[in-house]
Amino acid sequence: MSYLELASDLVARARKQGADEAECVVREGSQFSVNVRLGEVDQVKDSGSKAIGLRVLSGNRAASTFSSDFSGKGLDVLVKSAIETVRFTSEDPFSDLPEAEQLGVATDPTALRLHHDDVLALTAEQKIEMARTAEAAALEADPRITNSEGGDFRSGWSRWTLANSRGFGGEYSLTHCSLSAVPVAESSGSKERDYWYSVSLDAAGLESPEDVGRRAAERALRRLHSTKVATTEVPVIFEPRVAGSLLGHIFQAASGDAVYRYASFFADKLGEKVAGGNITVVDDGLRPGGLGSTPFDDEGVASRRTTVIEDGVLRSYLLNSYSARKLGLETTGNASRGLAGSPGIGPGNFMLQPGDASPEDIIASVDRGLYVTELIGYGVNLVTGDYSRGAVGLWIEKGELTYAVSEVTIGGNLKEIFKQIDMIGSDLDFRSVFVAPTLKVRCMTVAGK
Amino acid sequence: MSFIQTRYNLTEADLEKYLGEALSKGGDYADLYFEYLSTTSASLDESIIKSASQGVSVGCGVRVISGEKTGYAYTNDLAPEKLIHAARTAAQIAAGPTTAKVAGLEEPQGSQNLYPVVVGPSDVEFSRKVALLRTADEAARAYDERVFQVEASYRDSVRHVLIANSESVIRSDTQPLTRMDVSVIAREGERIERGHDGTGGRVGLDYFQTERTPRDLSHEAARQAVLQIGAEEAPAGEMPVVLGPGWPGILLHEAVGHGLEADFNRKQVSAFSGLIGRKVASELCTVIDDGHIPSRRGSLNVDDEGATTGRAVLIENGILKGYLQDRLSSRILGTPPTGNGRRQSYKHIPMPRMTNTFMLAGEDDPQDILRSVDRGLYCVNFGGGQVDITSGKFVFSASESYLIEGGQVTRPVRGATLIGNGPDVLTKVSRVGHDLKLDRGIGTCGKEGQSVPVGVGIPTIKVDQLTVGGTNVLRAASTFQD
Repeated sequence: MSYLELASDLVARARKQGADEAECVVREGSQFSVNVRLGEVDQVKDSGSKAIGLRVLSGNRAASTFSSDFSGKGLDVLVKSAIETVRFTSEDPFSDLPEAEQLGVATDPTALRLHHDDVLALTAEQKIEMARTAEAAALEADPRITNSEGGDFRSGWSRWTLANSRGFGGEYSLTHCSLSAVPVAESSGSKERDYWYSVSLDAAGLESPEDVGRRAAERALRRLHSTKVATTEVPVIFEPRVAGSLLGHIFQAASGDAVYRYASFFADKLGEKVAGGNITVVDDGLRPGGLGSTPFDDEGVASRRTTVIEDGVLRSYLLNSYSARKLGLETTGNASRGLAGSPGIGPGNFMLQPGDASPEDIIASVDRGLYVTELIGYGVNLVTGDYSRGAVGLWIEKGELTYAVSEVTIGGNLKEIFKQIDMIGSDLDFRSVFVAPTLKVRCMTVAGK
Repeated sequence: MSFIQTRYNLTEADLEKYLGEALSKGGDYADLYFEYLSTTSASLDESIIKSASQGVSVGCGVRVISGEKTGYAYTNDLAPEKLIHAARTAAQIAAGPTTAKVAGLEEPQGSQNLYPVVVGPSDVEFSRKVALLRTADEAARAYDERVFQVEASYRDSVRHVLIANSESVIRSDTQPLTRMDVSVIAREGERIERGHDGTGGRVGLDYFQTERTPRDLSHEAARQAVLQIGAEEAPAGEMPVVLGPGWPGILLHEAVGHGLEADFNRKQVSAFSGLIGRKVASELCTVIDDGHIPSRRGSLNVDDEGATTGRAVLIENGILKGYLQDRLSSRILGTPPTGNGRRQSYKHIPMPRMTNTFMLAGEDDPQDILRSVDRGLYCVNFGGGQVDITSGKFVFSASESYLIEGGQVTRPVRGATLIGNGPDVLTKVSRVGHDLKLDRGIGTCGKEGQSVPVGVGIPTIKVDQLTVGGTNVLRAASTFQD
């Protein structure tokens, strides 16, 4: 029996045992990872697993079960305990599967270019060699690179199968691979590490191991001899890798689950100005080869392209069927679920429309300010927008990057920060599902000495 | 016979056979980690039980160590041919004759039982669990009329483990883990704020009747949300900071705990590398990691490599004493294991990790400590934190803090991140209170993609100077510089 047939069969069994509606997911995957440190293989991991999740609705009550036991007995328990558990949840008129007409597959999975044979064709030796080469390139880049946490190569394959009692059945598989290097730079008492990585759904899309290693080394070196600056208010530039985190906050604020609970500062703001007029944000679940692309979401609704913010105006939340019903809107095909529990909200490829400035132009525009290359900590409150995170970067003096800065925080309120982005780079970075270019925020608090 | 051996009909001869396969290509050491994890959870939102879930995850991880190299494979199908395949995959790491021999598995004497849960939480009727959530909802709504959203969640798990290794050791354990969380949103006019509280440990459901009740959690979460409505902008810049007792111990976890994990130190990538025997804190500071405190969230009878957990002194009177070890690091560094080898699940390779990390109590009266500060910040609750191991820079985010003015705690301020440097922040500790408290049992530590439950604790302490990442620069400049 294929997994699609198995999922459909479990849906049928759940209905037979008393569920009004049911939804079943099967996830199967394999992963390989290798870490090479100082030229020697440190760790190799190579394995696969599979698991199954079942969600049932009885009246408007919902419950779910999950298991990695695919034996006849295991599947019996899966269905039986779902039916037993549903007695304990409440009637919720908003709880349901998507309507039959909302279900569907946006496009043939192959058109999204999610599955690539070149990843599967790589031998263990080739993977180890890429990790080794990336680390070696970092170690050889400069005599001040004295140590390393290693070079890493990871790859995997997974298949996602979904069936429900409103007639949906679909599956797709995808591959992924990534390569990274984490060198340590040292010079007269100062020790810093940084990293660089490349990630892609296909092996051909990876940056070369030499480039990954060299860039990692450059990044670690420029952090040496960092100092803490005096507390001040200045323009702050986010390089693309960290600008993606600001996009992540827009995504969280636009997520229907947070909005209907008023746990987001975007609640009640549809049609209102929430960002500068230069800000347009799109969630594109159908970008070929995109890390966040899927033919359908985790409720079986076709993935799509949704404009979230257009010229600074909030146009749409990102919704699954539940939050859509709560808000009196239509699902946007952003349901995301693991094996257990109710579907949440997930991004497709969540992208800021790029501007036309080069990163150099943006840096040149700042007389005194901070160029941020890494952020740490979790000081972000989506209810209020309060923002305060640890930052590492380079100080800008008269339009030029100068010395390294660390042990400072950058702070502000996201509601204001989104309105104060006054320069947008052309250099979109696709290393994450949150896709951003270099961004400049006119003024933030930098707390230091 | 352990739960897993009985359920999957695994004899010791079977385990020896799999270990033999793991060492078939050579290698110094092999181990098997079997895990059977059953979980239940339920959540309440908008005064109704919106979801409930149950599930089981089963699998086995096989590890082979050859010199400093680790090979790892896992399977979630425990059929003999799958286990042999996993063992042979892990074996690929090694080449050459094996130095290890597998014979006669034995359970070591003197096992401890830190969490005797009479009724396993998963055996208790679901209705008792959802009743806790309903109580929490009612209590939060009754607390204050400004409370308008309440989310409550309950989660428990029982993890059965079986560990067998090529040094003839076989260990098993049953590890309960339970937690409950309440999150409240309060509103007054345009101002909307959130508060949160949670509690748990390796405990049964009775804990929520006798130790901390849903009502306690709800009142605390609602109190914080309402308090934040009146909070002002936090100051920005360096100032004296007083940390309250309990959860603010996250300072120790981020500032020193991670940097003392032996893997980073054997690789010489930690800011603490090479500092054993050196002064890294004021002499008032003694920092301990203790995995065998009864019923605590971070405690374990045996670690995830089968070693008995214990008490490791990390810093004694300001002097760095030792690292947190797993098996591989302790062998390479030639120091005794400390029972800190942990992993998230059978899919993960063990690493040195913290258990319950805390600072011993000092002698000062907490009120005296506050009175000693002319202008500063008093932080009593925190969200998460993070550290850069190599540079030593760490952050942790205050969620409830107050200004100290003229030795008095005055006004509440909004959330802000505190940032410092691990190897020197504790040298600035000038007062340590006599009020050591452990946290409420909801800490989870992430490292290299693996999450494990941990605990922290601290008495009231004063750090003479720490950077506070608020937004109020003016206040910092005019009144907050000593």
